[in-house]
Amino acid sequence: MKIVVCIKQVPDTKGGVKFNPDGTLDRAAMMTIMNPDDKAGLEAALRLKDADPDNTEVTVLTMGLPKAEDVLREALAMGADKGVLVTDRVLGGADTWATSQTLAGALRNLEYDLIITGRQAIDGDTAQVGPQISEHLDIPVISYAQNLKIEGDSVVVERQFDDRYHVLKAKMPCLVTALAELNEPRYMTPGGIFDACDAEITVWGRADLKDVEDSNLGLKGSPTQIAKASDKVRKGAGEKVTLDTAEAVDYIVGKLKDKHVI
Amino acid sequence: MNLAEYKGVYVFAQQVDNVLNGIAFELIGKGKDLAEALGTEVTAVLVGSDVKGLADELAAYGADKVIVIDDPELKEYRTEPYAHALASMIEKYKPEIFLVGATAIGRDLGPRVSARVHTGLTADCTQLEIGDFPINPIPGREQKHNQLLMTRPAFGGNTIATIACPEFRPQMATVRPGVMQKRSKVEGAKANIEEFNPGFTPDHKYVEILDIVKSVTETVDIMDAKILVSGGRGVGSAENFKLLEDLAEVLGGTVSCSRAVVDAGWMSKDYQVGQTGKTVRPNLYFAVGISGAIQHLAGMEESDVIIAINKDETAPIFDVADYGIVGDLNKILPALTEKLKTEMAAK
Repeated sequence: MKIVVCIKQVPDTKGGVKFNPDGTLDRAAMMTIMNPDDKAGLEAALRLKDADPDNTEVTVLTMGLPKAEDVLREALAMGADKGVLVTDRVLGGADTWATSQTLAGALRNLEYDLIITGRQAIDGDTAQVGPQISEHLDIPVISYAQNLKIEGDSVVVERQFDDRYHVLKAKMPCLVTALAELNEPRYMTPGGIFDACDAEITVWGRADLKDVEDSNLGLKGSPTQIAKASDKVRKGAGEKVTLDTAEAVDYIVGKLKDKHVI
Repeated sequence: MNLAEYKGVYVFAQQVDNVLNGIAFELIGKGKDLAEALGTEVTAVLVGSDVKGLADELAAYGADKVIVIDDPELKEYRTEPYAHALASMIEKYKPEIFLVGATAIGRDLGPRVSARVHTGLTADCTQLEIGDFPINPIPGREQKHNQLLMTRPAFGGNTIATIACPEFRPQMATVRPGVMQKRSKVEGAKANIEEFNPGFTPDHKYVEILDIVKSVTETVDIMDAKILVSGGRGVGSAENFKLLEDLAEVLGGTVSCSRAVVDAGWMSKDYQVGQTGKTVRPNLYFAVGISGAIQHLAGMEESDVIIAINKDETAPIFDVADYGIVGDLNKILPALTEKLKTEMAAK
């Protein structure tokens, strides 16, 4: 079975967000990591490979700047077989439509039975690219996977909803988007890291994408455009008091009366 | 694409088990604001099996028209037949704006539909308005009027971006539940219904549902609560949430929590406020022993009044609290509950 896992290199917003003195986000100071949902997707693929190592091949695919190669090497060190980086200046500034078109264009040049993406990336939080890739490739999608197994020529997935989950079965080829809750990703192995350093990464540009028009790529091919972006202005702090218990209680009760709560 | 052909504000009226989700009414409420700014109407799109009876409820919350797409294939939510229903609806009715709730269903359906009809989709919007794009005129570039300006948080709530979709229609957004206001219900309203069925033929994209497992707990929806007493890691233990329950009871409120509490296994995820939990905007939000990680603030900072109690005077929660008390929650909460009981009894 051929599995392609789409991964993204993202700034680590969870491990402590850094701010400049003027209160704006200090992106340069933030570490980059493999997006957590994607990492769970990769782990799910590697577990399928563990179960049938001779007949399973795991390829990791990413789109980004040349330095995104690092995240592919991390995936190889975890156990992926091949890495493909799609990088080209004309692909920059892409929204989710143009990103999904780019990745679909790369996937048409790869063999796959199963495509796994993370549910969403922690920088954009859109959860759109996975389902949009599946639409461009005309294959079924199951998003929000909290469990995943193979049965013959199909995948069986527990798909999370708010107050329930569905157990869904889809014929391959199909695309599954993974939740970080899916599993606990493995660590890179020392041998894996050693091999990954020397491994050859396939680098593709615009010309290597199949069946995609220029009008669907990059900033120009993006239907959505940014009108305004700013670091979030937070509501200002109100009063802060340090009081003993009885005073604190009177203080709160007074405020609740002022606000007509009681 | 002839943009001028696209008219009207449409919203997806999500239902599960033939019960409308509150997001449907919130989208109608916001849709009315946008429609008034554009001089047009709001149409709710109801998709399911035997769902026609729900249409009047949509009218009661302000839907001018309800398109009902009713088919046995649509009984349980599945991506493909629902995407087909909505993409076909868009082709036929050509809405100018189409809003979908940013629920587990809407965030699956929205991308698939937007990709099928080739338009932009802005995820998880917290603010929608009609305005110009570019916002300020730029010499040599056309400024388009009456555009949908869609504002959303990104980077885990650290930044905020306003997005437009000037060249494609419909302008599509998924909208964060609990953020938009529904209008007051008009009892006895009758829906202006139009039925539409594009035909559903199962193909390779239809997935098979093997089982549906519902969570067994009866949960109170914290998004509906007017008063929330929310606890964090500082509460110390699951047992100690009793202090919060007592306070919530005397105020007629509901207990909620931060992610740390869910991770510790003290409360279920249904009660979690924040970026990965629920967005709430109650009249009163008590943050008790919650330090105020940025992901938590993203889910509650729109509350009308925020009262924070924390022993750490440097806790970031104090940056958004209207009233912050530096102190020991174990002493303040029981005393506050007792005092409030006395106050209530005196009324």
